[in-house]
This record gives sequence, C-alpha cells and structure tokens, in this order.
Amino acid sequence: MLLAMLPMATPLAGAAPFQNALNPTGIQAAHIYTLWNVMLGVCTVVFVATMIGLLIALRRGGRGDETTPAEVARFGDPERIAHRSVVASVAISIALLLFLLAASVFTDRALARLPLQNALTLDITAHQFWWEVQYNDDPPSRNFITANELQIPVGRPVIARLHSDDVIHSLWVPNLHGKKDLIPGETSLIQFRADKAGDYRGQCAEFCGWQHAWMAFNVKALPPSDFERWAEQQRHSAPEPATDIAKRGRDVFESGPCGMCHNIQGTNAHGQFAPDLTHVASRPTLAAGRLPNTPEHMMAWIVNPQQFKPGANMPAVPLSPDDLRALVAYLQTLK
Amino acid sequence: MRSERLLIAIAAVALVAACQRETRTFTQPPAGGVTLNAVQLTPLHAGAEPPQPPVPNGYQQNAYAMSQGKRLFSAYNCNGCHANGGGGSGPPLMDDVWIYGSDPQNIFATIVEGRPNGMPSFRGRIPDDQIWQLVAYIRSMSGLAPSDAAPSRNDSLSTKVSESRQDTQKPVQGGSEPAPSPQ
Repeated sequence: MLLAMLPMATPLAGAAPFQNALNPTGIQAAHIYTLWNVMLGVCTVVFVATMIGLLIALRRGGRGDETTPAEVARFGDPERIAHRSVVASVAISIALLLFLLAASVFTDRALARLPLQNALTLDITAHQFWWEVQYNDDPPSRNFITANELQIPVGRPVIARLHSDDVIHSLWVPNLHGKKDLIPGETSLIQFRADKAGDYRGQCAEFCGWQHAWMAFNVKALPPSDFERWAEQQRHSAPEPATDIAKRGRDVFESGPCGMCHNIQGTNAHGQFAPDLTHVASRPTLAAGRLPNTPEHMMAWIVNPQQFKPGANMPAVPLSPDDLRALVAYLQTLK
Repeated sequence: MRSERLLIAIAAVALVAACQRETRTFTQPPAGGVTLNAVQLTPLHAGAEPPQPPVPNGYQQNAYAMSQGKRLFSAYNCNGCHANGGGGSGPPLMDDVWIYGSDPQNIFATIVEGRPNGMPSFRGRIPDDQIWQLVAYIRSMSGLAPSDAAPSRNDSLSTKVSESRQDTQKPVQGGSEPAPSPQ
C-alpha cells in the first residue's frame, strides 16, 4: 500500500495537466501540494515506525506454551520499560500532531496572502448542473457572461464571488486552488492565480443532484494579451448569420422553445435561465463538460439531452430534421 | 395472528409500490410525435362523439413534477403577471375562481392557446411535458393537488409553508373583478 502511494507524491512528469492536485500550476495549489507532501512524509514515518514496533512485539512475544501460567499485569508495579515507551510514543504523537497543525495554519496563511493588485473580478454562479461566469469590468457595459468555461490571464490574480442558484455546490480546480462552497443566499469569495499557461479542468465537489458528476468546466490559463483578445471577442454580440441555412437556424432559435431559456446577445432570444449561447461555438465542450463541442454532438444533445444528462433541466425539443440542421448550423457560427 | 401480520406486511409493500410521489421521469416522448392539439376547447363537435384525447396528467400525484412546475413558473416569467399566485396584471391563481376552468385540460389550453386580455399563447414555445408540470403546480396553488403529493416546504429560503400546501384562498371583494369601464 505504501509503495502504491509513493508514485502519487511526485507530479506525473510529461502528462498533460488535466485535473490533478499533485501538479500545481498556481501559487496556492503549490502551497497545498507542499502541505500534502509534509503530511504524507510524517504519516509515512509514523506508519513505518508503528509497523517496526509491531514486528518487534511479534518477535518478542509468543515465548510461552500451553503450560506457561498467564502473565497478569500487576497494578502498582507496571513494567518500567513499557511505561517509558508508552510515554515516549504519546509525547511524539502530540508533537507530530502539533507540527501538522502548525503546518496547516501556516499554509492557510500563505493561501490568504495572495497579492491582489490589478485583480480580475468574476461572479461565478452555480446552477444544477452548469456554471455561469460573469467577467466584471469598468465600465460595467464591458461586462460579459459565458458558461462552463473560465479563461484567465497567467500571472494575474482572480477574485471570484461565488453564488448558487439552487443547492450547495462546490468549486474545485485542483491545479489552481482548493475547494470553495457555493451556498444559496450567500456570497463567498475565492482568490487564485494561475502561474502557468495551460488547460485545466474544474469540477463541482459537493454532491448537488443527479448530474453532479457531469458538472464540470474548463479553465484555460493564457498569456494576458491572448486573454484580452478573447475577452474582446466575447464582448461582441452574435454576428448576423451569413448563409440562408444559418438565418433559418436563427429563426428557429428565436421562435422555438430555445429562446425561452437561452440568451444570444444580438438576437431576440433573451432567456436568463440556461447557459448564455452568444459564443457557444468557441467553447471546447457542451453541457458542462459532458460532450465535446462538435456539430454532431450538438445535434445529439438537442435531440435528446436526457440521454446524456438525465435530470438536467434541458428538455427534449421536438424539431423537424431540417429545422434541427439549420439550428446547429447557426449555433456553429457563434464563435 | 400470523396471517394477519402477513396481510399487513403485504398491504404495506403494496402501498409503497403504489406511491408515485417521488418518481422522476426523465425519458420523454420521442421528438416529433408530440402534438400541441391534445386539448378540446369547446364541448361542441361536428358529427359523432369523437374519442376523448387522453390527458397525461400523471404529474398531479408527483412531488417532483410540481416542484419542476414551480421552477418553470418563474423561469417562463409567469410570475411577471400572476405574481406568486396572488395575481397582478393577470388573475390570481391561488383562489377558487377559474375564468376558463380548473381541469388540467383547461389550464393546459390556457397556456398553449393564450386567453383574451393579455394571456399570451405559448404554442411551440414550451414542450408538452413541461406544460403538464406547470399545470400540476398551478393546480396545487389553489389546493387542487393531493396534499400527500404537494411539496411541504419551499425550495427557496422562506419561512412560509409552500403555497402548494396552503388552503384555497377566498377571493378578496373586488380584488379580482375587472374595474368597471367608464361609460
């Protein structure tokens, strides 16, 4: 068991950083990783020492046979060696536990000491079962909303206000930071910073219902200039459809059930109840990390969402095949 | 004595099996096979008696359907006019006055077809099963849902009893009457 645990302590060299608390790419995850290593080291030493003690006891014991009279410990006259070793072990245990407590307190202090100058501020709202992310800016007309993806500039701190729309969720991007709960009726705060560009995966870490396991999102840490370019793109409304099929797709979206829940900036669809689809085609996944974002998967998802995420709030929408093709063609233009 | 106990046990198991309160049906009818005309608006018909369309309101005994209906009630902005059942520019829904009937089919038709003086038509906008969930919730607001199915508490942070569990409210004098038009 110990041997099986050891390789986990070292980051998997070369593997793509996907969702791995042992491959920190932010300063805070690095602190947590250090604490994890300290705890693993202490526990390993304690485990080995205990096992050695056990082996010694096993070797020393069993010297009698059936005829040997039972050895009854005498009150008031304890064995002096046993007494000494028990006191020593208790003292060592207390010292080690206090050491771990101190290590944990210092890690917490280090986590809270992230410099927050020039921070990017977000509002993250958890829904059953997807994430809504609002990027705040000054003036507020530059705010924009996206869903199930979080793009952040490398090296710039992020302050996220966390909200929940229904039940308790928990935000966890293991490569960047620890977990933080999102509680209905309450606003919590999390600060983090990505120090290395890359794609990471975030996940809801508090059981929240049927599709808790498929409530994921993508985090992309990218150089500040690339981030600004992406943000500028996200601020734009959806482009006017260029082809006939895309125009028909937009009509289907606006006049059908889609626009009752979804919003596409620049059209008549202003639902505030489901993920904002203004730039849906630029996202890597569909349905909060459930499906890769390809036209085929999008079509399958619209035809029967309950097949992929039973219990999700997206209903199966009756559409004719032509309408469906046009709708997907239109959504694919929303880069 | 033994056989009595056995009978009680069998009855208890049968009761549990019959309880559909918490059943959640996620698999929906295949797309395309859904019609939004499954409701008759007038008892008059041409020719012989037509077969009555089935009203699949199995949702009426289902707590999940009712709470989904409540969610949709605010998502589709019903409370923009009806408030939380108390009425605003639309009539209140928690009293026992029903202008167009309180049967599930009537409420379904009201949502699908719309009604004069402001109620919009949601034809083609809301899938059928969601309308039936809305119907279950709307009926529960005026005490028409069985109390063993209605959710006993609100989903939101509220100290009040769920409106699904409240008794039917008596209409306030003049409150739900249209104002007399100046002659």
